[in-house]
Amino acid sequence: MMESLNNQITTVEAINSALADAMTIEDGIILLGEDVADPEEGGVAGVTRGLSTRFGDSRVRSTPISEQAIVGAGIGAAMAGMRPVVEIMMMNFATVAMDMIVNHAAKLRFMSGGQTQVPLTIRMATGAGLSTAGQHADYLEAWFAHTAGIKVVTYSSPAEAYGLLQSCIFDNDPCIFIENFIAYAQKGTAPEKNSRIPLGKANIVRAGKHVTVVSYGPQVGIALAVAEKLSAEGVELEVVDLRTISPWDKATVLESVKRTGRLVINHEAVKAFGVGAEIAAVVQQELWGDLLAPVRRVGAPSCPVPYSRPLELAFMTSEADLENEIRLALK
Amino acid sequence: MANQDIPNQEILLDMYKKSALAKINDENARRVIMNGSLPMIYYSPRGQEIIPAAISVNLNNSDSICTIYRGMHDMVCKGIPLEKLWGEYAGKSTGTCKGKGGPMHITHPETGCMLTTGIVGSSLPIANGLALSYQIKNEKKVCVAYFGDAASNIGAFHEALNMASIWKLPVVFVCQNNRYGEHTKFEKATSVTRISDRAAAYGMPGIHVDGNDPVAMYNAAKTAIDRARNGEGPTLIEAMTFRFYGHVFGDQDGYMDKEEKAKAMAEDPLPKFRAWLIEQGYASEQVLMELEVAFDKQVKEAIASALSAPWPELDELNIDVLAAAQH
Ligand SMILES: Cc1ncc(C[n+]2csc(CCOP(=O)(O)OP(=O)(O)O)c2C)c(N)n1
Ligand SMILES: [Mg+2]
Repeated sequence: MMESLNNQITTVEAINSALADAMTIEDGIILLGEDVADPEEGGVAGVTRGLSTRFGDSRVRSTPISEQAIVGAGIGAAMAGMRPVVEIMMMNFATVAMDMIVNHAAKLRFMSGGQTQVPLTIRMATGAGLSTAGQHADYLEAWFAHTAGIKVVTYSSPAEAYGLLQSCIFDNDPCIFIENFIAYAQKGTAPEKNSRIPLGKANIVRAGKHVTVVSYGPQVGIALAVAEKLSAEGVELEVVDLRTISPWDKATVLESVKRTGRLVINHEAVKAFGVGAEIAAVVQQELWGDLLAPVRRVGAPSCPVPYSRPLELAFMTSEADLENEIRLALK
Repeated sequence: MANQDIPNQEILLDMYKKSALAKINDENARRVIMNGSLPMIYYSPRGQEIIPAAISVNLNNSDSICTIYRGMHDMVCKGIPLEKLWGEYAGKSTGTCKGKGGPMHITHPETGCMLTTGIVGSSLPIANGLALSYQIKNEKKVCVAYFGDAASNIGAFHEALNMASIWKLPVVFVCQNNRYGEHTKFEKATSVTRISDRAAAYGMPGIHVDGNDPVAMYNAAKTAIDRARNGEGPTLIEAMTFRFYGHVFGDQDGYMDKEEKAKAMAEDPLPKFRAWLIEQGYASEQVLMELEVAFDKQVKEAIASALSAPWPELDELNIDVLAAAQH
């Protein structure tokens, strides 16, 4: 619907179309979230713009500021057979709905012995770089990945966002779908209508033989930029986009690292106790004899996201940080 | 102006000074954002200044407030130093929080500005804790929790009111009902026509007041703060007002009712209060003008000093995360 002529679309358009196309074929999809309906301008970033007009305000509802009730309603409706997509405006606001997500959405299938299920998608945006400081910019994927019973998914381009979100919506488990605020405006090739990208499968976005870089979200773009730069020096990076953070695609990562012998994991989240730690632990255990260097990680320091511009820039991971870790891995 | 007890001249002028300073500070904030000299994400409280002015003239320096991202007026009325406030807006080492917290997280304990939260509803439970401490230590101090209309729909509001009531905490809950929560109209998101009615469910008085009326707002504030200070427990004040510049400054506010906005702006409470003070003989045009000129100068000096102040050292990333080593 929102595709432009040259077949390039923004991430906002991709997510909007993924929702619209899914809603067209499945009546059980409802959208709940603060400001998501058109009288409220279809969300603060306009991601759901046009959907309440198109699908009606019974299916697309602006909610009160009540994250616990929003996620709870999503869970209940999912248990009753719907496929709700709820929007938590910013990832940090999921903190006030953690009971619903961690104690309920994630565990109901198991605790009910498989009698109930929660096919719920929880969209949430985040990311440092906008001077929004400590309560609006955290990457908290490790918290969710640490909880069994929930899938954690993110994307590195508009088309990936489309295909992965569609898969989350039609998946029978609760999925956390992480969006990046800055990358909302990023453009890319439009996906094919109703194309889905399977969950749990990583994507080798660049083949290379010297170092494997595992990443996800906008950090994949950083990895690709560093790969271009190092290629000029004869160093070829293999860049793996995890796509699904949990459960992660061990087979693809292990196969790649077995070939390259070196691994650097790159994420925006705080490094300590992060997703990179889990991957590093598994890789060193499985490939101990094949590794040519210790597994290295790039992530933010153990610090709340700071406001002041120079502090925020120092806090955020950069191409230079990744390049540095790669050079150390090559030593 | 409400047909109620009118506070004395000194209090009225104090209220005017506080609200005028907040208004002038806001005008300068919007100016420096627009001209690009200090870009920041800013939630303008323009139009809501009478509320914290009336509250603050009833507070002592040692009383405290917990406010929200849209809380500049609350803190200016409480007496936060402008240089430090602007230092924080600019992300400089001279800011209230050394540039680490930024506009959404201003804290200045010396003037009782204990918390600015960016999370809707979170000012209330924390205000309870401050009040609990005052109560246990028998300090006769009061904490004010500021929040918006839409915040009354989140769990934290309901939990905090109940707890404050059963423990008779010296806290005052001040809801600044500006008719919108982000892009959503109050009526669409809230089950009651008056948030003050929710007080009944928690066994405390609920006061519905025109927050733009200095006399009415003063009396509501005094009643609630006296009650808290005398150990009689919490009050919920719903102060009706309007925000003039959308949710975040720069949003196109297409979701707002144009007529409603135009009407509210035409009834700007600050010029009204000013005209009334002159008309009733509490102050002369000359005196008020001199005050305003001085305030504007003060604000501009604070901005200039913030802009020329040093950035924080990068090592600040490792400082204040945890307490320094203890023995
Ligand atoms: C828990 C939580 N959910 C959502 C948000 C995003 N948000 C920020 S302000 C706001 C509207 C709050 O409206 P109101 O309480 O009326 O205060 P106002 O901004 O009008 O002063 C929303 C939804 C948030 N900061 N925290
Ligand atoms: Mg409001």
